[in-house]
Amino acid sequence: MARVTFPFGPQHPVLPEAIQLQLTCEDERVVEVLPVIGYMHRGIEKAAERNQYPHNVFLCERICGICSFIHALTYCELMEGMMRVEVPPRAKYLRTAWSELSRIHSHMLWLGLLADSFGFESLFMQCWRAREIILDILEMTTGQRVIQSSCTIGGVRWDIDTETAAEVRRRLDNFDRELQSVRPVFTSDYTVKARTVGKGILPREQAWSLGAVGPTLRGSGWAYDARTLGYAAYGELEFEPVVENGGDAYARMMVRLREVGQSVELVRQALDRMPAGELAVTVKRFPEGEGNIRVEQPRGELVEYARGNGTVRLERLKVRTPTFANIPTLLVMLPECEVADVPVITLSIDPCIACTER
Amino acid sequence: MGFLARARVKSPWILHYCTGGCNGCDIEILACLTPLYDVERFGMLNIGNPKHADVLMITGPGNWKNREVLQNLYAQTPDPKVVIAVGSCAATGGVFHNCDNILGGVDQMIPVDVYVRGCAARPEAIIDGVIMALQKLERKGSGGGRYAAGAR
Repeated sequence: MARVTFPFGPQHPVLPEAIQLQLTCEDERVVEVLPVIGYMHRGIEKAAERNQYPHNVFLCERICGICSFIHALTYCELMEGMMRVEVPPRAKYLRTAWSELSRIHSHMLWLGLLADSFGFESLFMQCWRAREIILDILEMTTGQRVIQSSCTIGGVRWDIDTETAAEVRRRLDNFDRELQSVRPVFTSDYTVKARTVGKGILPREQAWSLGAVGPTLRGSGWAYDARTLGYAAYGELEFEPVVENGGDAYARMMVRLREVGQSVELVRQALDRMPAGELAVTVKRFPEGEGNIRVEQPRGELVEYARGNGTVRLERLKVRTPTFANIPTLLVMLPECEVADVPVITLSIDPCIACTER
Repeated sequence: MGFLARARVKSPWILHYCTGGCNGCDIEILACLTPLYDVERFGMLNIGNPKHADVLMITGPGNWKNREVLQNLYAQTPDPKVVIAVGSCAATGGVFHNCDNILGGVDQMIPVDVYVRGCAARPEAIIDGVIMALQKLERKGSGGGRYAAGAR
């Protein structure tokens, strides 16, 4: 059988963003895959050296529009660590609540896109309808739907007062009901199982050696979650990393589905235990020396490194995003699969190309 | 107005392409298609083939590698067509204006008809922009001259 190489992307209906996979096929079977990145590259790391360090919060927030709050949180916590700023406890809890809301909206978005990738249109619509409840909460508490700009160096910019918190809880209950109605479809529907079970298998050992992170790693049986490091207020909340052992697209989907429920619980915990007090402290220092931080994004572990020289501009900001770590796993998952399964398997790592290429 | 021109405005098909933004506007465009905003009531469909599209929705600032892809998509879209630049960075480069790999707004690469403001653009603003684009499409489609009705 002759081999044919054809491009999958950069413009493809299943990919909201531009990435190219060069697929080499024999008949309908994929034998080789070569990811081509660079279509979304902006040069944020270099621009971060030109900007003044407080302005980088807005730039870092726009590395990715889906997990935007967590990107801002990472940068702020990194700068606070370098300048030894103590953040007020209330701000830590608010940051935790917003990160978990971002995680819910990202996972619901992904569950919808996965359903869309195998043509389950109504499930896509249901997931996104449930997601709108979370976006309403974000808009109610921060004023924006996807890019919240509520995190700042030294604390947060908005508060969630008692009345708003009650409203947030009420809407979370609504969301929980919506989630319960879509959950059985994901766990037991014939179509979903036929398209995900046994597809794109990532063996346990290879997941670790390829450096996979986040739900991709946890779907292969590793209990590895950067939230257990206890940044923001995670050290004071109770949760366990969600682990599945299948290693296939179905296992990764189940990890995300269970994480949505876990995140709802974490938002409730954060709202319940939130202490009273200040929202932010004034920062009058400049970052000096080196610092790094690891944070759990919806897609996995985000690592940031910065070096400052005591001036208003950073010398270096390095961002290692989770999808960048997860793309090599495609080289294990895609070979030997059918061409029709390529969209499902590619989506199963939750690729965020805007993150990857910065 | 000819039959084709009327049909085109009644049910415009949208091609969405991201040229390197942050994703925020892309998910808001997708949110427009879902039950809360539901642009399908205006007959709009999101499709993957530029040859079927009437409206190009471009998000994100342009970069060097994407320029060729975008110009290709533009050339493949049949006339009459309208281009919507969604979001601040698609208009001017926005927050990425001083990034190395950024050319500026989408209008540095292809002609743009409608700019939608916001970072990220709200779904209401996007729907507003599309309606504005449809008025332009109607003029282009029935306005005689190069783009006479039914000229494809």
